[in-house]
Amino acid sequence: MNEQPEQLRNFTINFGPQHPAAHGVLRLVLELDGEVVARVDPHIGLLHRGTEKLIEQKTYLQAIPYFDRLDYVAPMNQEHAFCLAAEKLLGIEVPRRGQLIRVLYCEIGRILSHLLNVTTQAMDVGALTPPLWGFEEREKLMVFYERASGSRMHAAFFRVGGVHQDLPQKLVDDIEAWCDPFLKVVEDLDRLLTANRIFKQRNVDIGVVPLKEAWEWGFSGVMVRGSGAAWDLRKSQPYECYAEMDFDIPIGKNGDCYDRYLIRMEEMRQSVRIMRQCIQKLNAPDGKGPVVVEDNKVAPPRRGEMKRSMEALIHHFKLYTEGVHVPAGEVYTAVEAPKGEFGVYLISDGTNKPYKCKIRAPGFAHLQAMDHICRGHLLADVSAILGSLDIVFGEVDR
Amino acid sequence: MDDAKLDALGQTIVSALPGAAIGHSVAFNQLTVDVEASKIVEVVKYLRDDPNCRFINFTDITAADYPAREKRFDVIYHFLSPTLNARIRLKAQADETTQVPSLIEVFPGADWFEREAYDLYGVFFVGHPDMRRLLTDYGFEGHPLRKDFPTTGFLEVRYDDQEKRVVYEPVRLNQEFRKFDFLSPWEGADYPLPGDEKAGPKA
Repeated sequence: MNEQPEQLRNFTINFGPQHPAAHGVLRLVLELDGEVVARVDPHIGLLHRGTEKLIEQKTYLQAIPYFDRLDYVAPMNQEHAFCLAAEKLLGIEVPRRGQLIRVLYCEIGRILSHLLNVTTQAMDVGALTPPLWGFEEREKLMVFYERASGSRMHAAFFRVGGVHQDLPQKLVDDIEAWCDPFLKVVEDLDRLLTANRIFKQRNVDIGVVPLKEAWEWGFSGVMVRGSGAAWDLRKSQPYECYAEMDFDIPIGKNGDCYDRYLIRMEEMRQSVRIMRQCIQKLNAPDGKGPVVVEDNKVAPPRRGEMKRSMEALIHHFKLYTEGVHVPAGEVYTAVEAPKGEFGVYLISDGTNKPYKCKIRAPGFAHLQAMDHICRGHLLADVSAILGSLDIVFGEVDR
Repeated sequence: MDDAKLDALGQTIVSALPGAAIGHSVAFNQLTVDVEASKIVEVVKYLRDDPNCRFINFTDITAADYPAREKRFDVIYHFLSPTLNARIRLKAQADETTQVPSLIEVFPGADWFEREAYDLYGVFFVGHPDMRRLLTDYGFEGHPLRKDFPTTGFLEVRYDDQEKRVVYEPVRLNQEFRKFDFLSPWEGADYPLPGDEKAGPKA
């Protein structure tokens, strides 16, 4: 009988790779001491497609669609980081209307991502209604994607030097008309979740990350703002025309799952504010004009021009076969993607293909801290924490 | 931060760490400091703790492969200082056998980034407690992001209906992998063009 305690062993279970709360193909090997998590070992790479290797074989234009497939919940934000990197190497400035359209669509991407995250986080802790309400709005936003780019998710809309097509005025008006009813939906979600007793019991004081740890684990975006850092790349290192936008950065106090949820809710409202300003500026006289640089060595000539001008035809042919030769150099550019700092580290050797393109995905840094955050929590909290980290496997596995 | 301030910061770092930080450069408004691979921990600790730097946010570790060089890898670190609102890039040279000290004691977030660099490039980090492969398949061989690793890889998998399991087979391509050479001959390609041999040796 006295030998009994030595025989006690921790219980090891497999969570995923096919589990609805795993947000994709995550395999967690959980070591449980009773119902308390003793160790978490995430196994990733089940969605690894070798994006970085493929980009090394493609021209700069051909690389853009790969970025849609990283964080496929907010595709254009990723394209943005890559285009900014290439533009920095080329030393080109995007025309004003191009910038405004980019910012407008990046904010749509942010809402797409936060809607998915907030509502599925609610689903992970047991609520079924929020996803149904949230997905209706996502559907409308995807239609805006489709009307701009022709594709609901994998847009490939941004180009080095601007965006591919101008927006029709009707689309701009429709996006404006969408803003007000959407705030009503956010209000509804807010009433459904924020004060909800069950939701709070599952999220408040769960997965607390102190600010110091958040920095040294490489966190960014909502994960550091939830811990109390007033840090947002759109404010602190403004790119594109974010500097002239008027918006607030919500920050949390406790660094728990509930604070992160509240921040995402507020960021959706702020995104609507930015979208409104973009639309207003797009409609103003100085918001009209080209959407992509008019240098035909970087951006293709318009179709009509191609039919008439030999020069334009040659440019078109060279751009779509050979592509742009980007001057040698290396840059790291980062954008504030919905999930955090999405960075692209680009090395160019002066040819038409990137020598190396490292994709720094925010979810990768967040997921590696699972073991650290989950230790000592109950098994049921694992899915709540995972939900609040906002993981999408497209970008974690690349 | 403007270029002059970054340059000054780079100079401060290089002079504070003789032997560890070798040189610095500013390009595209970004600061790069070259470091000695074996002293990387010392440099990073200084960057994190020095009150003039405070690079407390770990951003990224990656590598780049230059097969023609004697030390073929650049190990590249990125850090962010929220206090200075500045980024820094550290570069250390390494080869297949160089033992790069792990940063995991200084920044726990280096964990997966080092595993990834090991997995995809074969850069070896010492002092890391758990150096397993991360992104590639269980039992994968080779380091896919090296320049001498073919994009098509060596093995392909399929589900075998007879054996009722996934089988691994050597890659068989119906069409050869197409790689076009777009370097215009008049923009400095260094291979002979047909007919060049008639020109005789260059003067």
